Amino acid sequence: MVGLLVVSHSAKAAEGIREIAAEMGSEAAPIAAVGGDPDGGIGTDATAIADALAALDADEVVVLVDLGSAVMNAELAIEMSDKTVVIADAPVLEGAVEATVAATSPSATLDSVREAAERAGGTSKR
Amino acid sequence: MTADTDHGAAVVAAVARVADRIADERAHLTDLDSAIGDADHGANLDRGFRAAVERVEALDDPTPEEVVQTVGTALISEVGGAAGPLYGGGFMRAAGTLDDGITAESTVAFAETYLDSVRDRGDARVGQKTMVDALVPAVHTYKKSIEEDGLDPLTALAKAVDACRRGVAFTVPIRAEKGRASYLGWRSVGHPDPGATSTLCVAEELLAAAADSLDAEVPTDVDATAPTTPDEGES
Repeated sequence: MVGLLVVSHSAKAAEGIREIAAEMGSEAAPIAAVGGDPDGGIGTDATAIADALAALDADEVVVLVDLGSAVMNAELAIEMSDKTVVIADAPVLEGAVEATVAATSPSATLDSVREAAERAGGTSKR
Repeated sequence: MTADTDHGAAVVAAVARVADRIADERAHLTDLDSAIGDADHGANLDRGFRAAVERVEALDDPTPEEVVQTVGTALISEVGGAAGPLYGGGFMRAAGTLDDGITAESTVAFAETYLDSVRDRGDARVGQKTMVDALVPAVHTYKKSIEEDGLDPLTALAKAVDACRRGVAFTVPIRAEKGRASYLGWRSVGHPDPGATSTLCVAEELLAAAADSLDAEVPTDVDATAPTTPDEGES
């Protein structure tokens, strides 16, 4: 099973994006959210991301990130994780929605979910 | 006490020095970051280095490698933001270069490994207004001073700090291409990069700590751009 993790500088943004994406999915696509620095302020925290990866009920995980340091802290967390984890080069909200839909497919793979997220990069708003 | 744990104690003292300096610079670094970033660099680093001091002072006769590894994990878990993985990841990866203790050779390897880690993690090149702009000249100057010019390590380090200072000055007139500051475009021009500035603070304190542990004066009149002649009897 392929899981999803949303990483944002804001815990509220991460949770909100998770909520929107989860509407598209089902129990077949576990999706978690993590955000904020170690003090609960705006930022990202490698340890919290690693903990969220460990808690997710999936052996393979696609991570959606917002800005710069989210990528670095997610990469560090992946180095600490024993799961197979990739970061999607995708806009965080649209990517999470596309990835959730792809993850609910019975034939979903890590690559198919990541590619779905990355296709969201070309999404037009109109 | 073996030479190794002696060096360990010297590294613990250096960490405490760095932490004190970062605490002193907390407001200054945050001011710099409020000009072109998200105004948390001073507070984040201060929290990280305070945790690092607590953790390394709790170690029992640590080796230099253990001290640096502990600093790295403390920074990763406490700093957050970009500075956590850049500083913490750098120290964690470079710690292993010190497994034979602190020597001219091992410190060159340490500096190069640290630089590689920061460059890889941040995917940054010189000229993008990041800490790399301060680190690259400092590390290259240190390596050349030791390996080619045959300077003693303390003079080489003083020269590296001068190069680091020039690197910070180099970040002032350029436009940011990485990190939060890059969203500001031309508005980032005219401000020193906060990460380059904190890197200089750390480098200055490492120099002072090295002089302390060698019971020597910090060399003055060291100009990173001047040609070098090894001292009599050195090299």
